[in-house]
Amino acid sequence: MNRRIFLRNSAVAMAGVGAAPLWLERALYASDAPSPRKKILIAIFQRGAADGLNVVVPHGERAYYDLRPTIAVPRPAAGGRREDAAIDLDGFFGLHPSLAPLKPLFDQRRLAIVDAVGSPDPTRSHFDAQDYMESGTPGVKATNDGWMNRALAKPEGQVSPLRAVAVGPTLARSLAGRNPAIALQSIGTFQVRDAEAAKEFREMYLASKDPVMQAAGRETFEAMAMLQTVQKQPYSPAAGAQYPRGRLGESLRQIAQLIKADVGLEMAFADVGGWDHHVNELGQRASEGQLAVLLREYGQALAAFWQDMGDRMADVAVVTMSEFGRTARENGNRGTDHGHANCMFVMGGGVRGGRVYGRWPGLEKEQLYEGRDLALTTDFRDVLGELVSLHLGNPTLNSVFPGYNPKPLGLISGTSNSGKGTDSAY
Amino acid sequence: MHKSALLALACLCGLAAFAKDPRENRRFLKQIPNNDKIPHALNRLTYGPRPGDLERVRAMGLKKWIELELHPERISENPALMAKLKMLDTLAMSSAELVRDYPTPQMVRQMVAGQTPFPSDPDRRMLIEKLVAKAERQLGQGEQPAPAAVLRTGTPQQRLAAFQALPADQQDDAIAALPAGVRQALFQIAPPGLRRKLEMADGPQQVVARDLMEGKLLRAIYSERQLDEVLADFWFNHFNVFLDKGADHYLVTEYEREAIRPHVLGRFRDLLEATAKSPAMLFYLDNWQSVGPEPPERRGQGNRARRGLNENYGRELLELHTLGVGGGYTQKDVTEVARCFTGWTIDQPQRGGSFQFNPRLHDNGEKIVLGATIAAGGGIQDGETVLDILARHPSTAHFISTRLAQRFVADDPPAALVNRMAQTFLKTGGDLREVMRTMLASKEFWSVGAYRSKVKSPLEMVASAVRAVHGDVDFAFALANQVAQLGEPLYRKPEPTGYSDSSQEWINSAGLLARMNFALQLAHDKVPGVKVEVAKAATELGSPEFQKR
Repeated sequence: MNRRIFLRNSAVAMAGVGAAPLWLERALYASDAPSPRKKILIAIFQRGAADGLNVVVPHGERAYYDLRPTIAVPRPAAGGRREDAAIDLDGFFGLHPSLAPLKPLFDQRRLAIVDAVGSPDPTRSHFDAQDYMESGTPGVKATNDGWMNRALAKPEGQVSPLRAVAVGPTLARSLAGRNPAIALQSIGTFQVRDAEAAKEFREMYLASKDPVMQAAGRETFEAMAMLQTVQKQPYSPAAGAQYPRGRLGESLRQIAQLIKADVGLEMAFADVGGWDHHVNELGQRASEGQLAVLLREYGQALAAFWQDMGDRMADVAVVTMSEFGRTARENGNRGTDHGHANCMFVMGGGVRGGRVYGRWPGLEKEQLYEGRDLALTTDFRDVLGELVSLHLGNPTLNSVFPGYNPKPLGLISGTSNSGKGTDSAY
Repeated sequence: MHKSALLALACLCGLAAFAKDPRENRRFLKQIPNNDKIPHALNRLTYGPRPGDLERVRAMGLKKWIELELHPERISENPALMAKLKMLDTLAMSSAELVRDYPTPQMVRQMVAGQTPFPSDPDRRMLIEKLVAKAERQLGQGEQPAPAAVLRTGTPQQRLAAFQALPADQQDDAIAALPAGVRQALFQIAPPGLRRKLEMADGPQQVVARDLMEGKLLRAIYSERQLDEVLADFWFNHFNVFLDKGADHYLVTEYEREAIRPHVLGRFRDLLEATAKSPAMLFYLDNWQSVGPEPPERRGQGNRARRGLNENYGRELLELHTLGVGGGYTQKDVTEVARCFTGWTIDQPQRGGSFQFNPRLHDNGEKIVLGATIAAGGGIQDGETVLDILARHPSTAHFISTRLAQRFVADDPPAALVNRMAQTFLKTGGDLREVMRTMLASKEFWSVGAYRSKVKSPLEMVASAVRAVHGDVDFAFALANQVAQLGEPLYRKPEPTGYSDSSQEWINSAGLLARMNFALQLAHDKVPGVKVEVAKAATELGSPEFQKR
């Protein structure tokens, strides 16, 4: 019997009894991986249409202040408290003050921002737009799977049951598809709650004559076995990284834990809701109110993840997105309505950070989309496509984004910045 | 037209039969043994057998039982079910009543500002006033009353006793002041009347959603008209609307009750029209905002930008409701159909309003739909004509038959069966009961290929498990949450395609794990609101076999 298969089966069997040594699990995937370390892509979806114009503030654009008399973020040198003004990035754009933890990453060239980016489809329906962005086919409702699942390269050798993970109660649309992917609420609870019953269930599913049941059962129990070894090691974020309390912090912490446990994770997805600010988007000051609160958690979570991952960030890229942006002009309730183009953040070891990418279309009346929204100058698939081809090394973009030809923006350098030399295979 | 339709179907039939593997065909013709027929019928036409169901059907005779299920009006409904449903009072209310009596926070503000009337029921009015007071406190205006001292500590039972000892006029204050966690703990042991008040304190508009989900589960578990319930689920899913899209929150209750349920064994044309005119569908697929071009004489009056044609409903009507993808329509047809339905709108959607045809919004020009010319000036008749054309179209007959066969026979149903069902559909003018009869009398339905080939949806798994243990359900909220955990949040499928009927959608790691854990919880009688009466092992309820039907 092939030694790898034997090792794998016995490890899984042993893990079922709770006695698999950690080194054995690691050995499986280390020896099977075609390259020493697989690249990892993490997507974070801000559901509800985040207000890109108040996240990455175009403080050099006069029209921004005309359009938002009460909810614009003040210019960096506006006087008053610094914590209420935009944090300057490049003289034209700034960050919302609550994103202060990300400024060092930008300065160290690890964080890139793309602006005036998004989906070209005109829909302003949350669920349609989210659907289009997650399926990777704007305008097409018939697509059954998600871009992340399609971006998973054809597996070579053994496939980790934890190759693609959506953190949350249901499998995100982005990860739906032919490649196995699991939805994981929490590492700690991904198990059958009765060890005795777990054993019996496992036997039943593995013995099932129904191929679908058998395959799904195998996938589930293998994931559980892998996670049991991960669960046994109490996790402490490295380098004093402190994840903020809340859903995003918890999701990123788990993703970090999975990566460091070397379970073969390649794609991870997390989402965070609450961005639909039609009313009272900001408090009396930019650093107060709904958006500020969300951004504080957001910035802290991303920064903590970076700190926690340390060296391992060399193989990791994180990309954020939202289904569309919001109106350039504030509405009558100190909020904004559904808009069009937005911004995306990209951070990671191989990212050429410290820049805001994309052509800024301006916010003058004639420059707005349909006279009301930030116009689109970059398709979101250009960003994702570059990550899939240059970061993950999967060149089959026409199947990942059918009907579209992504054009790279130069976000990803050809080699990783880890200093380990040119190990890229292309 | 009729003859050529049958000819077209015959060609489809021939082609499809060639494409299918002959081995597959044989499996769908080989009959299951007689002993398996009643279990099969129970698995397919109900939400799973309860202890004793097998014997009851055998005593009546399988043919007679099936015929009875096809006539739910002849079955007396379970009085215990009716009593439980009565507690969920929103289920019987109109959309307008729901909006008024179970308002959102914005509506509450409007009430306080005098823009909308308060609910007529004094209890509800009081609770809403409490919510207003609470909201004001959260905004920093108004002072925070402490929960009555007796309620601050103790077990849920002690708190319940303390609560019930409070004078009636203090009870409402006490409820409003309780933290959410305490309310939840109290909820599980409170008597039904108090449960209602606790729910209201969580937010009146949540009650509408909860009643829908709980009602659906209770019916699936307890209704004696089981096929009726299975079909209600099927047709709601076919004509899916999303509860959480804006105004739909208050429109779905009436939609399910008035547009879907009465027609599931009637004529397809009636069902189609009921959904086309329902505020829920008009809002969900944006048709209520779809308008034709401004008539020349009205242009230039006022600065209001006029919204234009919205093709969302037109497209889904053809793609998802009737002809199906590849059913023979073009993008031009989509646009023309959308033009026909301009003016089909809602009177006051945010107040739970009703269907209204607004001629000023209607595009009165000539249209050509699927080759048929619809003369100018037709008004509301344009849309009616489209519904007529679609309801008798061979592609519709085929698509509807395919979907029914997918639910009741197999994920990939045999073409020969689908074609015979489609022929019945066309011959009877879309009589859904007759189409069901054709299917239930077929060799394919009773075949080895069909037997135990379907995977239970989360709703089916949870309901069948509770039926198998003869569970006594006091409240169904925890069960509804389980169905969501298993992957099928009820009424909450955002896409108009509805939930899929195939195995792939339901069997993934998280779903399977959730099923096993639910099986454990139920087997140990630990599901809140449910009491197990007939013990079953977790290894049975969570087994691969139990996930199939």
